[in-house]
Amino acid sequence: MLSFSWLVGCKPTPEDILTMPKEWFELNSYIKIGENGAVTLFNPNPEFGSNVKTSLPMILADELDVDWKNVFVEQADFYPERFDRQFTGGSQGIRQGWMPLRTAGATARQLIVNAAAQTWNVPATEITTSAGMVEHKASGKKAGYGEMASLAGTLEAPDPEIVKLKEISDFKIIGTSKKNVDGTKIVTGKPLFSLDHKVEGMKYAAIVQPPAFGMKLKSFDKSSVTSMPGIQDAFEVKIFKDDYGRNFFDTTTFPTIIAIVGNSTWEVMQAKKNLKAEWEKAPDSTFPMAGRGGQTMDIKVPGGLENSSTHKAKMAEYITKPGNVLRKDGDPEGAFKKAAKVLERTYTAPFLAHNTMEPMNAFADVKGDKAVIYGPTQAPELIRQTIASSLGLPIENIQINLARMGGGFGRRAYSHHLTEAALISQKIKAPVKMVYTREDDMSAGVYRPAYAATYRAALDENNNLLALHVKAGGIPESPIYANRFPAGAIDNYMAEGWQIESNITIGAFRAPRSNFIAGAEQSFLDELAEEMGKDPIEFRLELLKRAETNPVGENNDYDPKRYAGVLELVREKSNWSNTPSGISRGVSAYFCHNSYVAEVVDISIKDKQPVVENVYAAVDCGIVVNPDSAANMGEGAIIDGIGNAFYGEMAFENGAPTKRNFDTYRMIRHKEAPKKIEVHFVQNNEDPTGLGEPLFPPVFAALGNSLYKATGKRLYEQPFQPQLLEMENLRM
Amino acid sequence: MALFNLTINGKSHQVDLDPNTPILWVLRDHLDLVGTKFGCGIAQCGACTIHLDGIAVRACQLPVSAIEDSQITTIEGLSKDGDHPLQQAWIAHDVPQCGYCQAGQIMTAAALLKENPSPSDTDIENAMNGNICRCGTYTRIKAAIKTASKSA
Repeated sequence: MLSFSWLVGCKPTPEDILTMPKEWFELNSYIKIGENGAVTLFNPNPEFGSNVKTSLPMILADELDVDWKNVFVEQADFYPERFDRQFTGGSQGIRQGWMPLRTAGATARQLIVNAAAQTWNVPATEITTSAGMVEHKASGKKAGYGEMASLAGTLEAPDPEIVKLKEISDFKIIGTSKKNVDGTKIVTGKPLFSLDHKVEGMKYAAIVQPPAFGMKLKSFDKSSVTSMPGIQDAFEVKIFKDDYGRNFFDTTTFPTIIAIVGNSTWEVMQAKKNLKAEWEKAPDSTFPMAGRGGQTMDIKVPGGLENSSTHKAKMAEYITKPGNVLRKDGDPEGAFKKAAKVLERTYTAPFLAHNTMEPMNAFADVKGDKAVIYGPTQAPELIRQTIASSLGLPIENIQINLARMGGGFGRRAYSHHLTEAALISQKIKAPVKMVYTREDDMSAGVYRPAYAATYRAALDENNNLLALHVKAGGIPESPIYANRFPAGAIDNYMAEGWQIESNITIGAFRAPRSNFIAGAEQSFLDELAEEMGKDPIEFRLELLKRAETNPVGENNDYDPKRYAGVLELVREKSNWSNTPSGISRGVSAYFCHNSYVAEVVDISIKDKQPVVENVYAAVDCGIVVNPDSAANMGEGAIIDGIGNAFYGEMAFENGAPTKRNFDTYRMIRHKEAPKKIEVHFVQNNEDPTGLGEPLFPPVFAALGNSLYKATGKRLYEQPFQPQLLEMENLRM
Repeated sequence: MALFNLTINGKSHQVDLDPNTPILWVLRDHLDLVGTKFGCGIAQCGACTIHLDGIAVRACQLPVSAIEDSQITTIEGLSKDGDHPLQQAWIAHDVPQCGYCQAGQIMTAAALLKENPSPSDTDIENAMNGNICRCGTYTRIKAAIKTASKSA
C-alpha cells in the first residue's frame, strides 16, 4: 500500500505520494477511510494555537489503530448534530475529549473488524488490528482498512458500551510527539485564517467604536465617508435585539457601532479616519441576561468615564473594609489577636488586554434566510444563538465555520465580531470581510480585570504559623478560589472577597482569577517562608503534608500528593539547592484547570538589567498526548506570564484606553524571552488534563521571587518594570 | 489611483491603486498573497515582513508608490516547495502555536541569515526583536534559526 505523510515537512518522493482515494467511506462524524487506506480525521474543536488540531486526531487515530502517516486532518465546522463538544477554552479540550474520542476511534475500529468478520465469515473476536491492517491470524487472512471501509460504512454502529478501548500501555500514537498538522501550511504562507478568506463579490468592512467606555453614538455624518474612494456605505450596526437575553459569552463593550463598507481593507481603513461622528456619555443602563428556564435578569452597566487613578483609589479603599467571607476554618480572628508577629502584604495588578496577534475579524455571507459565518471563535454554540436572534433567522440556518485563530487566550470566546460581520452582510446583501484595526482591537475591552489581594499571616513567638487570612477583590470581580491551597493546610484560615462595579468590560483571560491570585499567594508564601526561616519549597511541602495527612475542613479543591509531586520534581530538575553562580532563583507552584505546576525561574543581572536565564517547570497533567507540543504550550505560557508580569498593563483616562497599539502597550519580545525553558512532566497514567492555562499563573511569583533574590526588593505591584526602573542598582 | 508594475516572487503584476496603499494590502487584497499578515499597521509587530531586494521590510508601512523596480519576495516565494532551510528547521523544531506571526518571523530570519550566516544568540535576538510572537515561541524560533544556520 502506498503511503506518505505530507505532515512531515520534507518533500515526498514519487513512491510516497498517496493518491487521493476514489471514494471516502464515513464510519462516524470524526472518521472517514478511503478505499486505498487513507484516513481523514476531523478535529472537532476550534484551533487557537494549543494544537488540538493535532492532539485530538491523535487520540482518534490511536484507538482506530491506524498509522499516523496515512492520516489527513481536517477542521470540522460547527455541526452540533455531528459533534458533542466544539468549544476551546478552560484547558478542557483533551480532558473532555479524551473518552468520547477514544470511544469514537475504537467504535470505528470495531466497524472495520465487524466488516472483516463478515467478509471472511469468521468470528469478530478472532480478528486483530495493527496500524491500519486487519487480520485473522488463524486463517492467515489479512487486509488493509481500506479494503473493509466500504462495507464498514454500511454496518450498524456497535454499542459503545461493549467497544474495547486500548490499554494505556498499548498506545502507539498517544504519548509520542507528532508534528503540527498545519506546520507546512503555516511556514509557506497558505491561507489559514478568516482574515485570509476571500470570495467573489466580497466587500470589506471597517468599524468605528465610541472613543471611550461609558460613551455611545449620538450621530454621524455618512457623507464624510461615502464620497471617499472605494466606499459603498456607512451605517449603524446594533448587535442585539432589545429584548434578547444575552448569554455568558455575549460580553460586548459597544453594542452599537458604525460599519464602513467598501472595496478593499485599505480604503475602508482610510475612510475610518475621515468619519465625522458625535459621541455622548452613556447613562446608567441595563441589559437583559439570560438566566435559567428562559427568564432574564437585568444586568447594570454604570455610566461614567472611569480613570485608572479612580480605580486604584477605590481598590485601596475596599482593601481596608471587610469583604464577604468565602471560607472560614477554626478561629482566625482569635489567632491574630494572640499572634506574636503579623505579616501583612498587599498585591495589585492592572487590567490586561489579550492582544491576540490576529486582530478581531470575521467573514459573513447572508443570503436571504441563510447565513454562513467564518471567523475566529472559541465558542460557536452560544454565538450562533445570538446571531440567529440578531439576524431574525432560524438557528438551523446559521452555519458557523471554524477558522484557525491567530491566538485566543479567552478573548475569542466573546464572539461579537461574528455577529457584527453577519449583520453587515445582511444589510448590504453581499459577502463581507470585517476587519478590526489593532487600535479597534485593543480598545474594544473584554479585558482581564484589575485585582488587589491582602495576605496576612499570624506567627507565634517560635515563628509557627497560627493563621492565614486573604482578602482579595477586583474590578469587577474577586479572584478568590476559597477552597484552593493553602486552605486545608492551615488550622485557622479565612478568605474574604469584594468587588467594585465598573463599565469596563471584562472576560476570561488565560487562567481567569488564577492568573492574579497565584502570583499574590505564591509571593506571600515566599516571604512568609523567609520570615519563618524555612526553605520555600520545604515550607510548601510541609503545608501539603498537613493537607494530605490531617486536612482542615472538607472541600479542599486539590490533591496534596500530586501538588507535592510537582514541587519535588522541580526541586530535582532545577537542582534547587545548588544555585549556579550569578543566578538568583525563585519558586512558585499552583493548581488550576485540573493540572499541577511548579516553576523555578533563574535570573541574572547583566548591564543592570534582569535577564531570565532559565525556567524549570514541573507539570502533572496526567497522560501527555503529544509531549513536544505540550512542552511548546508550557514554554508559551511561561513567556506570556513573564511578559505580562514585567510589562502588561491597560489603563484608562476619561473612559478611554490609554494604549491602543504595540508602541504603547509593551509586549515581551525575543530579547526578553528566557534563554532556556525546560518543561518536565510527571509520568503517571492519570486521565489527561489541560495545559493551555496551568503554566501561566505560577510564573508571576517565580519571577517576582527571583527578582527579590537579585535586588533585595519585593515587588507588590504589577507590572514590575516601572519599579525595577526606579531601583538604583537596576535599569530596564 | 495610478498604475504600478511590481515584481513579486519573480512574477510581474500590474495594479491600479491609490499610491499610498501599503504593499501589505496590495498583496493581501489585490494579489491573493495572504501569507504576509496584518498585526498592527505601524511596523511594531513584524507580522507583515517581506523582502525588498533581499532586505527585510515591514509591508504595512511601505506604500506601493515607493516600490518602483525593487524585487519583492513574500513568504510564498521564499522557496519553491517549502524547502528553505528555515522552513525545514521550523518544522523540525515544531515551532508554531497559532501560526499567525510565523511568516513574518521566517522572513526576518531569512534576511538575517543571508547577511549573517552564523549569527550568535545576541545577533538573533537583535535581528528578531521587531517580530512579536504572542504565543511565546521565541525559544523555538531561536533554536530553528540556529539549526538552519548550520545546515545552510
